[in-house]
Amino acid sequence: MSTYFTKDHEWLKVEGDVVTVGITEFAQSQLGDVVFVELPENGKTVDQDDEVAVVESVKAASEVYAPLDGEIVEGNELLVDEPAKVNEDPEGAAWFFKMKLGNAAQLEALMSEADYKAFVETL
Amino acid sequence: MTMSHKGRPTRAGEAGSPMPHQTFTGNKALDMEEPLIFEIGHMDNCGVDLDEPMDFVPHLGNHMRSEPVELPALSEPETMRHYVRMSRNNYAIDSGLYPLGSCTMKHNPRLNEKMARLPGFADIHPLQPISTVPGAFELISELADWLMELTGTNAVAMSPKAGAHGEQCGMMSIKHAIAAKGEERSIVLVPESAHGTNPATAALVGYKVVSIPAREDGTVAVEAVIEKIEAHAGQVAALMLTNPNTCGLFEPDVIEIANAIHEAGGYFYCDGANFNAIVGKAKPGDLGIDAMHINLHKTFSTPHGGGGPGSGPVVLSDRLAPYAPLPFIRKNGDELEIVETTDQLKDGEQPFGRMTAFFGQMGMYVRALSYMQSHGSDGLKQASEDAVLNANYVRVGLQDLMTLPFGVKPCMHEVLFDDSFLNDTGVSTLDFAKAMIDEGYHPMTMYFPLVVSGAMLIEPTESESRASLDLFVATMRDLVMSAKAGEKDRFEGAPFLAPRRRLDETAAARKPILKWVAPEPTKVEPELA
Ligand SMILES: Cc1ncc(COP(=O)(O)O)c(C=O)c1O
Repeated sequence: MSTYFTKDHEWLKVEGDVVTVGITEFAQSQLGDVVFVELPENGKTVDQDDEVAVVESVKAASEVYAPLDGEIVEGNELLVDEPAKVNEDPEGAAWFFKMKLGNAAQLEALMSEADYKAFVETL
Repeated sequence: MTMSHKGRPTRAGEAGSPMPHQTFTGNKALDMEEPLIFEIGHMDNCGVDLDEPMDFVPHLGNHMRSEPVELPALSEPETMRHYVRMSRNNYAIDSGLYPLGSCTMKHNPRLNEKMARLPGFADIHPLQPISTVPGAFELISELADWLMELTGTNAVAMSPKAGAHGEQCGMMSIKHAIAAKGEERSIVLVPESAHGTNPATAALVGYKVVSIPAREDGTVAVEAVIEKIEAHAGQVAALMLTNPNTCGLFEPDVIEIANAIHEAGGYFYCDGANFNAIVGKAKPGDLGIDAMHINLHKTFSTPHGGGGPGSGPVVLSDRLAPYAPLPFIRKNGDELEIVETTDQLKDGEQPFGRMTAFFGQMGMYVRALSYMQSHGSDGLKQASEDAVLNANYVRVGLQDLMTLPFGVKPCMHEVLFDDSFLNDTGVSTLDFAKAMIDEGYHPMTMYFPLVVSGAMLIEPTESESRASLDLFVATMRDLVMSAKAGEKDRFEGAPFLAPRRRLDETAAARKPILKWVAPEPTKVEPELA
């Protein structure tokens, strides 16, 4: 299993051809208390950078983008009832959605954990 | 005759306690604990005498209520007191400086109110015959003329009821104009600093939003627009741009941006929420706009805040004018013709539909026109100049202590600070805003626009005197120095002196209590009964 990060503060865990996507600890700390999460529909085909989910905090509403081309296979229903989980465990239980990998080559342009850490330092 | 020799004491006793005690009522002098209206009203009270209804045949069928409405009833003085007491807990432009940026909270001249209450305007019923209200239509038509003159356009849709509603009207006109050309386009470009209603409108009207990043100086570069137009060749329906933008900066590339979007076959929607900065100075029509809403409740001083009625007429370019919604007023020489239905349409008129059941917010039209006529064109221009002057006065008063995200340079009608001056103080923008409440100020807009960290957007408007601005600046300076001196206690947990302490916004959003439920009636013990 390998983990990647995007400039939009999303993390991806790749297991076979299934990718789990969520937002990073840094993103959750910037957003503040999350009050609402809207998940994508299962079965939806998405292109990289499409807006697929929405996360709303007391400060702002933000989009979550599809980090890769592919098909949404599952949204994390837990977040609908308990959006606070995004603050508690953003990189674990509070994953946003799983998608089927459409184009593995797109992974190469993403960041490693170390790269992402360095990127956040520059912000 | 005996008399008390004890005169009426004229000063407070020496032994006054330094700590206020809990009062029996829970009130603190003028600061009263006001229960909900359901808690003070009773089903068996009545404030007015109503005759028993005569026999009648209801036409409600199975929509007839089967249970009583359970509305609380109060006597007239109880009702008055309830609302007057609550109003005292409210902050209003009538009670102090209201620096909420992007909202243009300016003084509503009382002359407007006097005019709006003239019975000939105030008592019009939306269903009375049109032939009985020619004066009202003349007023709407005159207001429309002013709006077109000030914006340099030839058409205006009057009926939208707020800025966001105006955006929808403008974007629907654009959508129909595109369809009329036999085209299909799917994308609307919106800069990062836009107000949330812009992307929301584009999405509601069925477009996909593509965001344009801001350049270093907080404005939109024409190159960035062209890049997105090229990336989505033939698909861009419109660009929505606010000018001056929500960072309080005039968009210097606006004409080139308008040209670029026009060359690509798209339309330029301008968000006119910040029109107060440029009224009488620049005509948006000259900048190449195709549609722009005007928040009468901001720029033209009709009251807002607290959910009062807004009004958001949209001016339209000649290219969009044919698609303006019904109803509208057509001028045939001096005659005004009210066009309400499609069978009244003339060649070329292709309204996309209708936004409102009636003609719009009459009371706001009266107020806005009173404001315009009492100021005159020179007065409107001066109001804009003073609004910009006041914002810059605040900027200069604070820029050495607070941080300007785009460097020290003049702003338009509002000044944007970021939170970097609070770095390492442990005080956040939210804490800072709450401490302003203790000082008797409504906080500025915070965390918007999203392009800067911990944004604080201050719009003093032209209403404030120099003395009022001086006090505001001095208060802000005192708060900043206190934060920098490590006096976190003043901020954490603020407000301390407001009727309510800091509200739990998270719980309010996650677990809102939206319905009042009557408590179980307390059982009376049999022996007491
Ligand atoms: C920049 C901007 N655009 C649009 C709007 C929407 O206007 P309204 O609140 O009248 O719908 C606002 C309102 O605050 C605004 O500040």
